[in-house]
Amino acid sequence: MSRYPIELGAPAWDYAPAPESRAVARLDVGMQGRLHIGGEWVDAADGATFATHSPATEEHLADVALAGAVDVDRAVAAARAALPAWSALPGAERAKHLFRLARMLQERAREFAVLETLDNGKPIRETRDFDVPTAAAHLFHHAGWADKLDWAGLGASPRPVGVVGAIIPWNFPLLMLAWKVAPALASGSTIVLKPAETTPLTALRFAELCQQADLPPGVVNVITGAGATGAALVRHPGIDKVAFTGSTAVGKDIQRALAGTGRRLTLELGGKAANIVFADAAIDQAIEGIVDGIFFNQGHVCCAGSRLLVEEPVHDLVVERLKRRLATLRLGDPLDKNTDVGAINSAAQLGRITALADAGEAEGAERWSPDCALPERGHWFPPTIFTGVSQSSRIAQEEIFGPVLSVLTFRTPEEAVTKANNTPYGLSAGIWTEKGSRILWLADRLRAGVVWANTFNRFDPSSPFGGMKDSGFGREGGRQGLLAYLEAASNDATGAGGGIDG
Amino acid sequence: MSALVLPGAAVDPRELDGGEASLTGFLRSLPGVDRVGLEARTARLATRSLKHDTKRALIDVAISTMDLTTLEGADTPSRVRSLCARALRPDPADASVPHVAAVCVYPDLVATAVDALAGSGVLVAAVATAFPSGRASLAVKLADTGDAIDAGADEIDMVIDRGAFLSGHYGRVLEEIRAVKEVCGDVHLKVILETGELSTYDNVRRASWLALIAGADVIKTSTGKVSPAATHPVALVMLEAVRDFHLITGEPRGVKVAGGIRTTKDALRHLVLVNETLGADWLTPQRYRIGASGLLTDLLMQRQKLTTGVYGSADRITLD
Repeated sequence: MSRYPIELGAPAWDYAPAPESRAVARLDVGMQGRLHIGGEWVDAADGATFATHSPATEEHLADVALAGAVDVDRAVAAARAALPAWSALPGAERAKHLFRLARMLQERAREFAVLETLDNGKPIRETRDFDVPTAAAHLFHHAGWADKLDWAGLGASPRPVGVVGAIIPWNFPLLMLAWKVAPALASGSTIVLKPAETTPLTALRFAELCQQADLPPGVVNVITGAGATGAALVRHPGIDKVAFTGSTAVGKDIQRALAGTGRRLTLELGGKAANIVFADAAIDQAIEGIVDGIFFNQGHVCCAGSRLLVEEPVHDLVVERLKRRLATLRLGDPLDKNTDVGAINSAAQLGRITALADAGEAEGAERWSPDCALPERGHWFPPTIFTGVSQSSRIAQEEIFGPVLSVLTFRTPEEAVTKANNTPYGLSAGIWTEKGSRILWLADRLRAGVVWANTFNRFDPSSPFGGMKDSGFGREGGRQGLLAYLEAASNDATGAGGGIDG
Repeated sequence: MSALVLPGAAVDPRELDGGEASLTGFLRSLPGVDRVGLEARTARLATRSLKHDTKRALIDVAISTMDLTTLEGADTPSRVRSLCARALRPDPADASVPHVAAVCVYPDLVATAVDALAGSGVLVAAVATAFPSGRASLAVKLADTGDAIDAGADEIDMVIDRGAFLSGHYGRVLEEIRAVKEVCGDVHLKVILETGELSTYDNVRRASWLALIAGADVIKTSTGKVSPAATHPVALVMLEAVRDFHLITGEPRGVKVAGGIRTTKDALRHLVLVNETLGADWLTPQRYRIGASGLLTDLLMQRQKLTTGVYGSADRITLD
């Protein structure tokens, strides 16, 4: 290096803050803190409200109406009243409505992304590049289905299921809304949707969009509230089908409540997915896939790859690479465009994650987090890896629903399958290998609704998503997802429904 | 030596004897590259937002790591002198703009460049070894290299024998690089892989390791004569090779991206790849270079915009 006169040190720089403007969320002017029933904005019958906060700052964002049994009644009645005209519309006309909603959502993508990030705490990079575009894609996809229902697989002229009661979780509020609303509207059904207690804002904004798009009143009704509101909705006799995404405990409760009623049900519940990395995997891309699998959306993902199964020869390599990669993750202000990891959605969820992580440590697993400062206000948990985890450990068995990865090892493909399937859940799994035949061999044996190969957490409206075992039943997306919202024309003439679909 | 071991690579790769069997075995044991995942990673990193001070700092990094290049049949001593003047003082109106790292020319113009840049800190790099095709005997390549060094070149940009590489004669490629390195001595050697002709990312990874094992100080994407050239995914694969080589051997080597980089946005995205893969320590002229001719104009325009708040005209930036 003697010939090198240049001796510049490494330049000191970092990514300057690049916050997205929160003004576009129109929190001050556009927020309808009321229920959207029959095309109108109404207060809860008893006037009750509750507040929603920013998980990143604990700042108060808005007060919204707390719907009670009377409001559920009104919403279901509005959906019932809208059903005959909506289902009688030619499919091509319903398609126009869906296309219009999809385009309007795209046009206002930034507003929805910022609002979702404020209410949920997830990074703007994800709402901008994933949540909102994928929600719009679901609306577009099902717009295409609306006049082609004869090819859904139920024969000619299938009938809509009727009035749908949908309960959605807080981890992907707008996207889960689109997963329910799009097929319901395409099928000719009407819907009453209850967003999660901690993330009601984008659903209310979507109701505003429906109004501006001239969707007939009562086709989409949004009622905000807590667990009791949801419980009243799923038990309401005026509902023909319940679509629920959320925890396994609540799902089981709903299934018990609906047993024997003849009302249809789909459940998309928890998961504890195995992400299986073989020694011959494309290691650098596998590392990215592992990171995407568990740290996407702070691990608040039902199909998160929370159990990493690594073939023993590459365990040390993968763990070391993973730690190097985690050190580059940027945790902080979710509105900053360079933030990779945002806030935990609520204090309650943070408590659950903290308790399970502590349990993992108490059970002898080795805990590691990168050196990253957590903001003083708000709910935060650093990306965390546990190594030396045994199959019997709580952090290998229970869904954590947070940015916590449990690393286990395997020696043979058979052992990988056995360990991957050794869980009450069966929502998703991932396989990382450069060997195609092994992918097919494993995919046949993994008991999971979705198996990703050399990728993770990829979603497409044409690809059915759903689980097995304690992860629920029914599919969302694609032809299979649409079937949950349709009845064969000859099924029965009384409209009593077709029981639980699978 | 780190405990980190690549699959099948328990030995120190520098100790491979160059025999075809052991070398081939090593290169084939490297983890594969998944195209979809690789391209998704670079696409995501392209969304990093670079504003204000960050942008200004990175524009200066891009200028100070630049190999300002002219490699045309029509090059003349006068044109090279003009290029050197620009290398020394990219923006005559603004003394705070750093000078570029080096000027890159054909061997016969090295003396002109050395003369124009004497004592300035701007280095002279020469392409050699029958650039750009590399289609000549080893003797001719070594003579070409020797000529450039005799004329005063600080750095040599050689090309690998892509024909030998693609037909699996890794040992021949290795020996050729080693022979050139021997002629170079302490002259910095950049080894051009010409990734546009290697076709697959797996090949880019193998060629990167091959060049690092053979002693390349810097691995370089392209000659600039073949398209595609310095794409982001190719750059990332090469950065990963340098990172892994460093983790295993403790030796820091460099990367040079060259060919087709014309805009500030593109150049800054390359710098983000370096920052997120190897860290900011690598953003120095010793370890990183951007080879370009037209890029400097856009960098200066963006820099002026940051200073004045308005976009100027390219007519106000001196061409050379």
